Amino acid sequence: MAALEVRDVTFSYDGETDVLRNINLTLNDGELVCLLGVSGGGKTTLFNIIAELNRPQKGCVLLNGEDITGKSGRISYMLQKDMLLPYRTVEDNVALPLIIKGMKKKEARRRAVELFDKFGLESTQKKYPSELSGGMRQRAALLRTYLFSADVALLDEPFSALDTLTKSDMHRWYLDIMSSIKLSTLFITHDIDEAILLSDRICLLGGRPGAITDEIIIKEPKPRSSDFNLTEEFLSYKRDIISRIHSQS
Amino acid sequence: MLPSPADVIEAYKKDWQLMLSHTRVTLTETFIGLSGGIIIGFLTAVIMDRFAFIRKMIYPLIVISQTIPTIAIAPLLVIWLGYQMLPKIILIILVVFFPITISLLEGFSSVDNDTIRLMRSMGANRLQIFRYVKLPNSLGHFFASLKISVSYAVVSAVVSEWIGGTDGLGCYMTRVRKSFSSDKMFAVIILISVISLLLIWLTSILQRACMPWEKTKIKRSRST
Repeated sequence: MAALEVRDVTFSYDGETDVLRNINLTLNDGELVCLLGVSGGGKTTLFNIIAELNRPQKGCVLLNGEDITGKSGRISYMLQKDMLLPYRTVEDNVALPLIIKGMKKKEARRRAVELFDKFGLESTQKKYPSELSGGMRQRAALLRTYLFSADVALLDEPFSALDTLTKSDMHRWYLDIMSSIKLSTLFITHDIDEAILLSDRICLLGGRPGAITDEIIIKEPKPRSSDFNLTEEFLSYKRDIISRIHSQS
Repeated sequence: MLPSPADVIEAYKKDWQLMLSHTRVTLTETFIGLSGGIIIGFLTAVIMDRFAFIRKMIYPLIVISQTIPTIAIAPLLVIWLGYQMLPKIILIILVVFFPITISLLEGFSSVDNDTIRLMRSMGANRLQIFRYVKLPNSLGHFFASLKISVSYAVVSAVVSEWIGGTDGLGCYMTRVRKSFSSDKMFAVIILISVISLLLIWLTSILQRACMPWEKTKIKRSRST
């Protein structure tokens, strides 16, 4: 069964001009799907519909087969801003979604801290977010997202605010961690390289109103090495995607 | 009429016991008034933040209430409520609650919208958003206004004691002024300033204890 399914979603902010029209998207168990498109193309809007912050005029969102349209609190997300609360220690930030769900603080912390090593956050538990580097903060934000909903995660350009070197570091870390935890992920980006490197499948979102125009499957087996982006194969994917994006406009 | 420093020191020696007992009264009024002002200011801010229409309704009234000079309402309060502590405490509350309310309101509404959306996506309810985001976010604003309020509270206590009553540094001040003891007058003015400074300092200590994350920020900014 698909972990997440978006069926026939149409959305407009004012009821007249559609921002998204008839979007169909399936995210299979353990799969990483990239939503690639230009800025302002409706990527984040679709994302807000899946996170149940916006209600679509038409269509529905299914999580493990259950209709969750309009029900918040089921899928968490992560943005390029880490949005860690500056006044909570890293462990308390990460444990927050569990506390919100009603778990006792002590238990929530214990569950969070168990995963710190795995996420490369050793010895940062008692620190405040202001003491961490940008990359470390994103790791903490991803752990928070993971703790919230261990089956499906939405990541909206999570690494785009980082400098190039940190970003490729984060990609390596991300590929590594994804090979050990099974997380179905919908990943939004406008970075073609990032999309090819990380995803199993790439959906191109384009046009006005936004629609999914193409789907590209990246066949390179996982776990991928971070040198994948230096291969001829990688470049051919990139050429293909660029030409498809150009043919859209 | 300008006493020498030696005279002022002499005045302290002579009247120290008396000043201390008056200080005790003024400080009691200050603390009760300040606490009352904080509680009322906090509740007002919470209600105004929760209900937009109430905010629109009472915001102008609160601002207007602040344009009335303290010195003008003090005698009225004494006429209505007598010479005891009550009118003094109410005057302090009136003065203190305004900065507290406004700063807390500012703190509540300055929360990053994306953070609130994230909290909502996690299924947080209003109360949880308030507790985990709005309240801690407004602490910095709160302490900034508390530092102002503390000194306002002391001054208001003294002013209200001028108008009527038998105890407190304000009463003592009126008495020494009437007997032209400018040495004691200077002594008590300095004493009041020192009390205000001490209270502001205590507020800073409290702030550091309540906001340990600020310390790490300061450390970082110094090291870079």
